[in-house]
Amino acid sequence: MKRDRTMRWVIGIAAIAVSIVVFILPFIFILLQAAKTRRGAAELSFSWPTEWVFVDNLIEVITQRDFIVARAFVNSVVLTVASVTVLVVIAAMVGFVMQRRASPVRTVANFFVLAGLIVPPAVVPTVWVLQTVGLFGTLPGLILIEITFGLAFSILLFRAFVSTIPRSLDEAAIIDGASSFRLFFSVIIPLMRPIAITVIVVQSVAIFNDFANPLYFLPGDDNATVQLTLYNFQSRSSNQWNLLFMDILLITIPPLIMYIFFNRQIVAGMTSGAVKG
Amino acid sequence: MTAEATEVRAGRVRQVRTLGTVRHAYPLWFYLPAAVLFLVFFAIPTFASFYFSLTRWTLFDQEFIGLENYVQFFREPQLYQSFINTLIYGFVTSGLKVVIGLALGVLLTSALVGRNYLRSVIFFPVLVSTIGVGIMFKALLDPFDGVVNGALETLGITGPGWLTDPSLALLTIAGIDVWKGLGIACLIYIAGLVAIPTEYYEAARVDGASRWAVFTSITLPLVKPATGTVLILSLIGGLRSFDLIWATTGGGPGFSSDVIGSVIYKQYQAGFYGLSTAGNVVLFLVVTAIMVPISLMLNKREVEQ
Repeated sequence: MKRDRTMRWVIGIAAIAVSIVVFILPFIFILLQAAKTRRGAAELSFSWPTEWVFVDNLIEVITQRDFIVARAFVNSVVLTVASVTVLVVIAAMVGFVMQRRASPVRTVANFFVLAGLIVPPAVVPTVWVLQTVGLFGTLPGLILIEITFGLAFSILLFRAFVSTIPRSLDEAAIIDGASSFRLFFSVIIPLMRPIAITVIVVQSVAIFNDFANPLYFLPGDDNATVQLTLYNFQSRSSNQWNLLFMDILLITIPPLIMYIFFNRQIVAGMTSGAVKG
Repeated sequence: MTAEATEVRAGRVRQVRTLGTVRHAYPLWFYLPAAVLFLVFFAIPTFASFYFSLTRWTLFDQEFIGLENYVQFFREPQLYQSFINTLIYGFVTSGLKVVIGLALGVLLTSALVGRNYLRSVIFFPVLVSTIGVGIMFKALLDPFDGVVNGALETLGITGPGWLTDPSLALLTIAGIDVWKGLGIACLIYIAGLVAIPTEYYEAARVDGASRWAVFTSITLPLVKPATGTVLILSLIGGLRSFDLIWATTGGGPGFSSDVIGSVIYKQYQAGFYGLSTAGNVVLFLVVTAIMVPISLMLNKREVEQ
């Protein structure tokens, strides 16, 4: 027993040491670089800044090129909030009916959910469709794309979760005279809270951090998202490492806040949806 | 009318009524919003891609040229190379995520000092965008000024050009991908491992089984659904990958780290829309050919259990 406890300490401390080198040091590196002057950061060394210019760098990143980073931030937030809101509601609707009602439609829907998970989107034909409906290069167009590409995974999680809600609750609501609309929005949606939070967090982080879709479907600088501005900034001035790292730091804050608040719920939701489902 | 017949009829009426309620409670129009989006922005482009891949296409005009795009794709060495690279990348990343993810999952579900800290810290990279991670590693792995090679130098080792050596670039990016995605693999494994009933382990301990025996005959078989999830998710992600490669090397040096995803983008950028779409169809076929048998196999095994 005593030997076990020593082992536990030895392995634990070794794991913590490795984790610091592998996971913590890279983030400290970002922080240090973001606080250096342009020349100091160009050395790329793991050293204390000779001169702390953290706030100056922050202001410069935000204000440069006519507040492009600030505008991109607004775009990214609008994109994420709008896409995730619609996505959660319509994926929950499908997950609910799909689990509860057997019909030929379900067979077809099942096939499409699997296809949506596996099949890589055909990008240029999607550009063509967006141009046809007049939404290419616009934020609403990209919102519709993000919703569509998020559907399959979200439906899968919602459907698995609905199977854990007892049918007797539906029946009670129906006997009380609830319409299908009432049943879904007043009874089912509140019960879906745990999985809805998982879907919201996972999809928000994915959409906020998405690069490939904005690159294809929202080209240009005017209405770019934060990931696009970061990428363009990198290819334009790769020697301004201090500003680049400040930019990375800045746009990692929203996902980080999400994670800190919902850490436990993500694990719980994944457990009920991804593995047992 | 006999009493029996009335009863049968009453039963049928009740059955019809329940069916009616079900229809009423679970309306099919709930599928509609999702179905419209899926059809317009996913199904139509996918079907259209089969046709457009056979054309010389400018988005406004198209000229039917048959299989010429595909011939070009497989005849030009650098395009063909992207096909091979995609397979290497997909299998290396998902293999490593399964092995390391499982090892870390086992470690982090055992009684360990600092377990909660370790669980959260592994998840950190998932939160940083792929572009951010790419830029960070470009700085860390810089062959001359980078921190990694600097550290190796103090140990007396001359570090290689991680992202600038053509024979190494693709594998380096695969390594970065694993670093970034490990948190999710580990999380899924933790969820799967926690679900295994502790009685099995107690019984094994009573029987005096060795740790290795416990792992291979209890943990490994019972964690199979989690392995399936990790494998499928990381293979799909790995075969489709584009952004990390684009952010670190842009497919270079030369074409050594090009994958189908980056070829699709390059051809699109250059205005070869037909060729780009043919790349998409090739990717579609690769992913389907690999994923369908694997998911069938995993599903079958689950049913047998």
